[in-house]
Amino acid sequence: MSMRDIRNLFLAALALGLVALLPLYDTGYILSIATTMAMFTVLATSWALFSGPTHYISLATAAFFGLGTFVTGLGFQTLPMWLLPIIAAGLGAVLAALVGLVTLRLSGVYFVIFTLGLAELVRQVVTWVQNRTGQRGMYVLTTITERDIYWQLIGLAALVFLVGWLIARSRLGFALRIIGNDETVAKHSGIDTAAAKILLFMISGAVAAVVGAIVAPRYIYIEPSTAFAPILSFQVVIMALLGGTGRLWGPLAGVIPFTLLWEFISRNAPNQTLLLLGVAFLLIVYVLPGGFVGLYERLRHRFGSGGQ
Amino acid sequence: MKRRSLMMGAATAAILAAGISAAQAQDTIRLGAAAPKTGPLAGGADVTHWPAVRLWVHQTNEAGGLQLADGPALIELIEYDDQTNPQQAIQAAQRMATQDRVDFMVAPYSTGLNLAAAPIFSQLGYPQITGTNVTNQQPELSAQFPGMFFVLGRTGVMAEDTAQVLVDLREAGEIGSRVALVNVADAFGIEMAGISRAVLEENGFEIVYQTSYPLGTQDIAPIIDGARAAEPDAFIAWSYPGDTFALTDQAIVQNFTPSVFFTAVATAFPSYYGRFGAQAEGVMGMGGVNPDDPAFQAFAEAHTELSGQGPDFWASASTYATLEILGQAIEATGSKDRAVVMEYLQDNSNSYETVLGPVQFNEMNDNERYWTVGQWQDGVFRGVAARGRDGVSDVILKDGWD
Repeated sequence: MSMRDIRNLFLAALALGLVALLPLYDTGYILSIATTMAMFTVLATSWALFSGPTHYISLATAAFFGLGTFVTGLGFQTLPMWLLPIIAAGLGAVLAALVGLVTLRLSGVYFVIFTLGLAELVRQVVTWVQNRTGQRGMYVLTTITERDIYWQLIGLAALVFLVGWLIARSRLGFALRIIGNDETVAKHSGIDTAAAKILLFMISGAVAAVVGAIVAPRYIYIEPSTAFAPILSFQVVIMALLGGTGRLWGPLAGVIPFTLLWEFISRNAPNQTLLLLGVAFLLIVYVLPGGFVGLYERLRHRFGSGGQ
Repeated sequence: MKRRSLMMGAATAAILAAGISAAQAQDTIRLGAAAPKTGPLAGGADVTHWPAVRLWVHQTNEAGGLQLADGPALIELIEYDDQTNPQQAIQAAQRMATQDRVDFMVAPYSTGLNLAAAPIFSQLGYPQITGTNVTNQQPELSAQFPGMFFVLGRTGVMAEDTAQVLVDLREAGEIGSRVALVNVADAFGIEMAGISRAVLEENGFEIVYQTSYPLGTQDIAPIIDGARAAEPDAFIAWSYPGDTFALTDQAIVQNFTPSVFFTAVATAFPSYYGRFGAQAEGVMGMGGVNPDDPAFQAFAEAHTELSGQGPDFWASASTYATLEILGQAIEATGSKDRAVVMEYLQDNSNSYETVLGPVQFNEMNDNERYWTVGQWQDGVFRGVAARGRDGVSDVILKDGWD
């Protein structure tokens, strides 16, 4: 570990510590936005762990997230709260492994379409089970406050960043970057591409499921149509791409401005939200094709030491 | 870089500006409302929620506002779109309370969004008088959120009353014992089907056909096909707006003609009659009103005049009533201090005059008097079963679709 790594780790820990102090300053509006940001930071970062290096665009976030909310919804009365995210992580990883085994041999648009369908598939299976068992709508009535949820999300974010950092330094991370550049070359170099991709997809799926399990008490009423809402998957992809997936902090650089922009539009133009968001997307795609990370690299290249 | 700082700057400015604009004039009451303008429930909110809210604000201001202890106060309505998304519903409630500093908030639209926003209402001390929240969890919810009130009624009671209509018809010798029971496979449909099935079986009815379908399904034909083949006397569907229309359409196409045809949500919408016209005659659904009540007639007329469309025959009136209740509590206390108004609302001895008739809350913040089943009769959706309401009409049998 070089001095630079140690410095970066220290700075990251300091930043996280500061962010975790926020609820002491405000427990209302700002915390509510910050909780949303924390949620999307975890989702987008874990999404980028897999999709960034491999270039496989996954739209399955909502499937894993919904699975997690249902774990909490079904289990919060009978199981201890700390156990629920762990169960969610396990189920999320298993689901990701199953999906990965079937689909990661596909590539490009086939994979995208399948993951989009996955959320719907899981939703219908959950509904079918509910219908067979007479299970009712779920009310997650707990004493958990937004502050608790925020801290749990920040803790999870720290874990995700750490995992991402370790992966990037490992043989696995190197293998994934080769897969992303040219999968055939990777295979010929002796990399087990399927295993590498499935492993990363499992991590990404497990994290999204844990987020669902943590956030469920915030929604109170869990129903399949909101738990598996496909818009979540798209939001995560858009935020991650706005930030850029080339670096670990990329998605975070997308989540913060995007959440503020969304809030700004919701607040000032409640009747034209979708229209203005569409315009914002167009601008992002045309003006910032590589996301903020790309912009940062370009600027560094032009002005700074990055060119060497 | 420039663009990013521009965007961030704009957002920061917005947050700061909110703090400044919160300074309020003496003679207004700021009322915040967040409900769907986009997303899956936007259609329903457009029929039921928004016109009723705007109508009450319009009428109250026309009449000079609400009378506070130190003179009248006009209502200033602040609207947001919650995008039918619990996340946004939470954020909008938070924003209205802490940034716009509204004095009171209109409860959101639908059960799910009301529950998502409930902790915010509760923590910040806002009364949440709900008009579109049907649940059976009043005891648990009122214990957790003592400021949450329920005007629309209980799901369990509605399912029971629907089954009771069949029991009464059979006792009168009008129909037999064969029932086809279908439901949309989500929390609402499953719960309602479960309760009505239990009541029907207890009373010796025979469920000759039972099935469910996923929310948002396009293929309704096999359901009607199966139900028709079972030759039931009564067809009960715990359905949502999209499938309510689709089931009726299919029943007409296949000429499926049971003596009782019941579809749940949206049967009470004026657009249902608009679509099916005279064919809707005799169709039953959730809700209902007393159309002969002058209070409802005046409401319907004003509603049509302001929004260009009539109210629905169920939750429009209860949404409007939630604001009447709030307004009366504010005037009775002469205060826009939320804590004072909340205390008044929580006092069960107080009663409110609304378009629904008198409303009083029990110890679970629950209104015990409401319409449960309605039926299209001569172009009006008349209440044919109710708890504690006058003007219940007689049920007629459905006589085919022509």
